[in-house]
Amino acid sequence: MHELSIAMSIVEMVEEESARRGGLQVAAVHLRIGQLAGVVKEALVSSYEMACADTPLEGSQLVVEEVPVVMYCPSCDARQPVLASEWFNCPECGASVTEIVQGKELEVVSLEVDE
Amino acid sequence: MSGGTRIIEVRQNILKKNDLLARDLRQRFHDAGVYVVSMVSSPGAGKTQLLEQTLTKLRPEHSVAALVGDLATENDAARLARSGAPVKQITTGTLCHLEASMVESALNGWNLAELDFLFVENVGNLVCPSSYDLGEDLRLVLHSVTEGEDKPLKYPTIFNSADVAVITKMDLAAAVEFDEAAAVRNIQAVRPGMKIIEVSAKSGAGVDALIEFLRSSKEAGKAMVASE
Repeated sequence: MHELSIAMSIVEMVEEESARRGGLQVAAVHLRIGQLAGVVKEALVSSYEMACADTPLEGSQLVVEEVPVVMYCPSCDARQPVLASEWFNCPECGASVTEIVQGKELEVVSLEVDE
Repeated sequence: MSGGTRIIEVRQNILKKNDLLARDLRQRFHDAGVYVVSMVSSPGAGKTQLLEQTLTKLRPEHSVAALVGDLATENDAARLARSGAPVKQITTGTLCHLEASMVESALNGWNLAELDFLFVENVGNLVCPSSYDLGEDLRLVLHSVTEGEDKPLKYPTIFNSADVAVITKMDLAAAVEFDEAAAVRNIQAVRPGMKIIEVSAKSGAGVDALIEFLRSSKEAGKAMVASE
């Protein structure tokens, strides 16, 4: 359960961004979280509520876009989406693949602010 | 100016602070010539016992030290101190993993330039430590034979974040009917090409191979830095 630490990092980052821009009324924070980022969406959303309490972000929403894992397969010379059950094998040719091109994201994409 | 909303692009890694600090630490370790090895595993997989053996065996020739993370108690630090190496306990309270900032503060008062190897034993947890870079050169994930064979499939992220898998408690393999081939297959499924070392810290089997690997990795790391 490191979602609370992650949620606190998000709150800290958004507060810094808000201060840098002279104070924002943040209605929602949009995230991208990869399947291989090791973060559980539901746990993060409830942790975020706790982390926001008594901050200017209290009441804001966390909107999470989950990012599937995509590998680069050298045999097919193509990017291939892979399923959890067959991680690290190319779904097209079955070759073992190691280069993760997508799926480790853990980022704040944007802020939705009221004007 | 009322009632509307607008979108502000941010595009920032949530763990940016940790990543930046880990990068600074890595640079500091390289400058000081100390090779840093971290260990992750579930609770009770044998990190502390293996580390005690490793410290003891490296000590005659190398200057070694260890940081050890736990939610509570200083028991592990006391155990590791028996090796004669300097050891510091990081008690994390309720936090389930180590972060780069904890490693940084634990280093206060130590002269890194005097060390050849620094070991960082993470909190026993197969989930959370995977997201946090600690500035280490090498990350070992330990998997004990008593845990069965499917841990890699259940926790692919941590296996994927590590460089080497160490199968521990090999002395118990027969007693628990450990299926070695299945374990190896599962590790390779989530991290193709991953190096695997089998050890028993109790009997000492395989520990020399691990130590030889750490020594050669340190040399390879030095050569890489020199050629940069």
